Amino acid sequence: MILEVKNVSKSFRGLRAVKDASFELSDGEINGLIGPNGAGKTTIFNMIAGVYAPDTGSIVFEGKRIDGLRPDQVCNAGIGRTFQIVKPFAGLSVLDNVMVGAFLKERTASAARAQSVSILKKLNLEAKTNLPASSLTLPDRKRLEVARALATRPRLLLLDEVMAGLRPTETDQMVQVFRDINRAEGLTILLIEHVMRAVMALARHIGVLHHGEVIARGTPEEIVRHKAVLDCYLGEETEL
Amino acid sequence: MSRALVLLAVLAVLLAALPAVAGPYALSVATLILYFAYTGQAWNVMMGFAGQLSLGHSLYVGVGAYVAGGIFFHWGIGPWAGVWLAILACVVFGLVIGFLAFRFGISGVYFALLTIAFAEFTRIGFDHLGWTGGPGGMFLKVAQRDTWDVLNFRGPPLMYYYAMLFLAIAAFIGCFLLLKSKAGYYWQAIRENEEAAQALGINTFRWKMLAVVISSAMTAVAGVFFAFYYNNLFPEQIFHISRSIEIILGPIIGGVGTLFGPILGAAVLTLLSDGITELLAAFGWEIPGIKQVFYGVVLLAVVMFLPHGIWPALARKLRL
Repeated sequence: MILEVKNVSKSFRGLRAVKDASFELSDGEINGLIGPNGAGKTTIFNMIAGVYAPDTGSIVFEGKRIDGLRPDQVCNAGIGRTFQIVKPFAGLSVLDNVMVGAFLKERTASAARAQSVSILKKLNLEAKTNLPASSLTLPDRKRLEVARALATRPRLLLLDEVMAGLRPTETDQMVQVFRDINRAEGLTILLIEHVMRAVMALARHIGVLHHGEVIARGTPEEIVRHKAVLDCYLGEETEL
Repeated sequence: MSRALVLLAVLAVLLAALPAVAGPYALSVATLILYFAYTGQAWNVMMGFAGQLSLGHSLYVGVGAYVAGGIFFHWGIGPWAGVWLAILACVVFGLVIGFLAFRFGISGVYFALLTIAFAEFTRIGFDHLGWTGGPGGMFLKVAQRDTWDVLNFRGPPLMYYYAMLFLAIAAFIGCFLLLKSKAGYYWQAIRENEEAAQALGINTFRWKMLAVVISSAMTAVAGVFFAFYYNNLFPEQIFHISRSIEIILGPIIGGVGTLFGPILGAAVLTLLSDGITELLAAFGWEIPGIKQVFYGVVLLAVVMFLPHGIWPALARKLRL
């Protein structure tokens, strides 16, 4: 187990966003977290990433408790994340954006630059290397989020709806990118995603969140046949 | 970048040779330009690089000046020792301000207000401090103006000019290196989006504190220069908010966050404002406050037509 989320809950002024949620991620696996809007997916992400401390429960990463740490400490522990609402460093170039991430592990600018260039290549952003990040389209901004997070060389990558707004061919490209990285580097990935095409293609295991509770866990095949999941999220007619 | 380096080298050579042709008045104007280029560079580290708006940089000029000036005045300890004490004192002030602001999440305009508040109550404090002469001021002995007494930093205006030239060049090179290093990247990330910066493993508190430390230490040195160049220090003048504004106008007009901006802004402002005063004087007019009006007009024009400052537009023209 690389990550264990145990009975975490989080409330915002009486709204219980996450209730007693538990799940584990195996080392080197790609896992999905799905559920309707407002189910608490991003809140769980933010608790893992250190934005919020859980009210109760614990989060253990590689044998160490990380709940309550600051976001930068969580990143230093080996967890990278993207933001659902992208947050590029708009005034900096695409390359400089990624270099900021690379400096976590690299001491010199030249080493950080070399690493960033290779990551941009992986994400098909090399043609935009020297453009200001503010000039990118939304799909490219999502790629930049991923590139920046990868540059910190995480062992666990949290992806918050990076496929949203992408065309089907772009989605397939992105799926391939994650597959390659997962295979080549053994990177564990947890993705929140509404694009079922991507989740089904990538995830070995899927957790379903509804009203802040984990209502189902299993392989993609099990999830699409799960009664409660069909009722609350996927719908009867789902075909994949 | 290579064209920029050539431009810079030419500029440095011209400035080094300037005293050969410049009279005393031109030399004093040039010294003033370099002084504002230097302090602007120092302020730029905090605001331009790390995005932390300080409107109270006169605090560091004043504290630096009073510390180095005070121990020279009372005990005859020269500025070579005094500058370290001045830096230490200013860094302590900076750390206190930074700690209060960054630990308790004070940012943006509220941070700017905090910096003003510190400059203001330090001014009031020095007004009541007998050791430095209170509101009556402190006067360093103007011993001699003929020979270069480098050890005590006393000498002719030429010496101060070269000292300031050295500082301005050192600040430029230092800021260039900082900007290209991890610190520069981290500061800019914090400036652009603090939350995203944190998610990339940046301890934003620590890096913002570093920006304050470097900026305040640099400004402290300017304060020491101020004390030994002007020889008289009054709390009402040195800590006044208009002094802080003077410092930040250069980089704003030249281009916040750029390396050439503070130099260009200082040159434009000082030359034009002194030029206008001279011009009016030549016609026999003396209009009090004309400099401030002029600052206002230039600032308005730049904000309207060149919102990123003069340098970015000029750099595009020169293809740098």
